[in-house]
Formats: sequence, C-alpha cells, structure tokens
Amino acid sequence: MCLAVPSRIEQIIDGETAIVDFGGVRKQISLALVDDVAVGDYVIVHVGFALQKLDEDEAERTLALFAKMGSTECA
Amino acid sequence: MKYVDEFRNGELARKLTASIAGEALNGHRYELMEFCGGHTHAISRYGLGDLLPHGVNMIHGPGCPVCVLPIGRIDLAIALALEHRVTLCSYGDCLRVPASHGLSLLKAKAQGADVRMVYSISDALQLAQKNPQQQVVFLAIGFETTTPPTAVAVKQADALGLMNFSVLCNHVLTPAAMLAILANQAGERLHGFVGPAHVSTVIGSRPYETFAFDHGKPVVIAGFEPLDVLQAILMLLRQINTGRAEVENEFTRAVTPDGNRKAQTLMDEVFELRDSFEWRGLGTIPHSALKLRQRYVRFDAETRFGLEYRTVPDNKGCECGAILRGEKRPQECKIFGTACTPDNPVGSCMVSAEGACAAHYTYGLKNRFQRRERRGAENAEKIQE
Ligand code: SF4
Repeated sequence: MCLAVPSRIEQIIDGETAIVDFGGVRKQISLALVDDVAVGDYVIVHVGFALQKLDEDEAERTLALFAKMGSTECA
Repeated sequence: MKYVDEFRNGELARKLTASIAGEALNGHRYELMEFCGGHTHAISRYGLGDLLPHGVNMIHGPGCPVCVLPIGRIDLAIALALEHRVTLCSYGDCLRVPASHGLSLLKAKAQGADVRMVYSISDALQLAQKNPQQQVVFLAIGFETTTPPTAVAVKQADALGLMNFSVLCNHVLTPAAMLAILANQAGERLHGFVGPAHVSTVIGSRPYETFAFDHGKPVVIAGFEPLDVLQAILMLLRQINTGRAEVENEFTRAVTPDGNRKAQTLMDEVFELRDSFEWRGLGTIPHSALKLRQRYVRFDAETRFGLEYRTVPDNKGCECGAILRGEKRPQECKIFGTACTPDNPVGSCMVSAEGACAAHYTYGLKNRFQRRERRGAENAEKIQE
C-alpha cells in the first residue's frame, strides 16, 4: 500500500485533479492535499492522492551526499 | 525513471556498504528498527540485510497498516458486508486478511457479500453517488498517509449530502506505535530507528524529536529506495558511535520539519483521537488511533450500524504479534512458508507486500535462489579452468 513511486504530473484537469505518468501508465489523481503543483513536477502519489511534491534540488543534494559519504576518505 | 533509478545505483550501493562496514565498530552490536513496511520491503527486495556487516541488525517494525489491524476489526467489516448487506469497499490487501470463522472479506464475497476492491477512497465515494439506494462503507486503514485522503472524502460526502456513504475508521498513528515499541522488551535493546518515508511527508520530522531527546534513540528518516536505506543506516551508525541521539532527515527531497500542513489541517478538521485502540501485537494503546469528529459522525460506520468491537485472539500458531513487536523474525514462526504462504496466509504479516513474513517469503527465496545460481556459475567457471 505504501509502495508508490514518484509520478510526473502530465496534465492538470482542474485545480483538484491531475493526470500523472506512473512509470508509463497514465492515472488520474487528486491534488486536494497539495498546493502549487505544475505540469512537469514529480509528486509522491498514495492511494490516488498526491501527498507531497518532490524537491529537485534536495534530490541532487542527497545524491551528492551519497557519493561523498560513500567515499573512503570521508569514512 | 526519475527519482528512482539514481537511488538504486549499484556502484554507489557498494560504496555505501563499504562505508557502513568501515563505520561499524568491531564486536559492537547495532540493533536498528525500520518502522515502515515500505522499508522492510526494500530491505528484503534488494537483500540489504546480506550487505550489512556482522553486528548490524535490521529489526522489522509494525509499520504495515494491514498487519497491525486486529482480527476483531476485520470481523466488523465482514459483519457489515454479510449481515448489514452493505457494499464494502477497501484497498486490495485488506480483503485477504484472515478473520474469525475461517473467513476473510474475499471469502465473504464468495458467499455472496458485495465486497469491492478499490484503488482509492474516491472510487468508493463515486460508487455511493451512483447507487443512492445502497449503503456503501469504506474500510479505512492506514497510518498518516491514507488518513488525509479519507478526510478529503468525508468532507466531499458531507458537501454532497450523501446519506449512503460511511467509513469504518481504523486510522492509526505512527508516533504512538513507536512509543509502544519502546515500552516493550524489544524496544530496550534498540539503538535507533530508520524513520518512515511517506508518513513523514505528511507529519514532518518534528514528531520524532521525543524519541531522540526523551528516549535517547536516534532517528533517521529515509526514502524507500535502497540507497536511501543504506545511507540512513550509515547515518544511524555515525550517531551511535559518536554518542548522539538526534532526528536526521535523509529524505529531504520530500520531507520537511513541518510536513504537509494542508493535509494536517484536513485531518484535524475531520478526525479526533480515540481514547484507545487495539493493535495486533501491540495490544491496546491509548490515544493511538483516530475516529470521526462529532461534526462528521453520520459518516462513521460504527455509529451508523451500531457495531460493537470485540477482541479476537490471533491464530494459535501465528507469531505475527511477536514479529510486529520486533521480538521475532518471520523464520521463527513454525508455519512460515509451510502452512502459511502469501497464497494462503494464516496471519496478516503474510498478506501485504509490506508485511515482514510476505517480504521474507517472496524475496528471501528469490535472493537465495539467485545466490545459488551465482555460486553455481562461479563453480562452473572454476571447473572450466
Ligand atoms: S508466517 Fe504466517 S502465521 Fe507465521 S507469523 Fe508470519 S503471518 Fe503469522
């Protein structure tokens, strides 16, 4: 039930609903729980509702951290 | 896939495991609990347990919504479907949970009950709109991730003036369950928590501060991809080795300190705390679950149909309780993989992909098979040499 993948907003139908791309499958979801999402944003979708928008900069930072933490000189 | 593939990079995984091995002190034991079933699933699926050095142990927590639902609650849903003849809707996994008298919601359906699997509570709401003559009940389960959608649906039903829609509410709270774990025998030997991913997108990282500050247990919130989990384990080891107990956030791409305020406001508008709620394995915990506020009580199925909750003990052979408390591993259950399998579950932990028993069964076997194949290939190479 919790195993949702980040989905890309393809189309916003009205303020409350959107079509997302779910790894190739198009699905209608509710935007009732999030503010300020736009086409192209990635959201975490849970039981048909977008729960949170993914922050691209933070994702980059985390990936950079993996590379740093994973390097031996930092250990 | 963006936000997925880069968090499954094998090269980085190897580097992170090497760092974990470098960080783990010799002869030291690190007992870490991943609270979420989503993490349990990732750990089993990617065989992360096998990558960890000796002494670093992952203990599965109770954060699987289907697993913690006690039999008595499923019995209520079955009674609604069989006796009150409502259309009972729920998420797929709930339908297969074994209940009293050898029944499950699926078996009740085979006996003629109108039981429907839905992907979202919105589907149940639509069904109610289309069939005004029929009572439609949604069996609502889950932690703080599924609760806001239920709140939205109840408010919609209210706005539409729907008289034939109600919710059998079983929404439970993560921090309350973590506290209950710490009060148990397994809690004492825990050194830290891998904190929930999606739950934390809603509640934020602040609610975990009490576990670090008041209980001295470090918490690192982590995403559900394998690199997220490895990174969180490394961060936990570093906290433990330096004597720190803090809340750290590895999943900053989706979790903020305050979480999703809009979702929290909606939950608060629609729900209030129950005095107490019974969990599978953890017993009755005060203030650990939600019910509809008086303002929305006409959408409460327990009130509408006058349901009485009754405690029902688990199947005698089943160790789900001990597993959910972190006291036992799935393989320690005598009927694991024999009488109890995902096709024929005896306990709730074998039902959902996030359940510890199902995750171990599905991926434990597969990983073992792959290891054997790999070893076979290596042996074959040696033989050819
Ligand atoms: S193997 Fe089945 S019966 Fe045993 S603890 Fe797991 S779910 Fe319960």
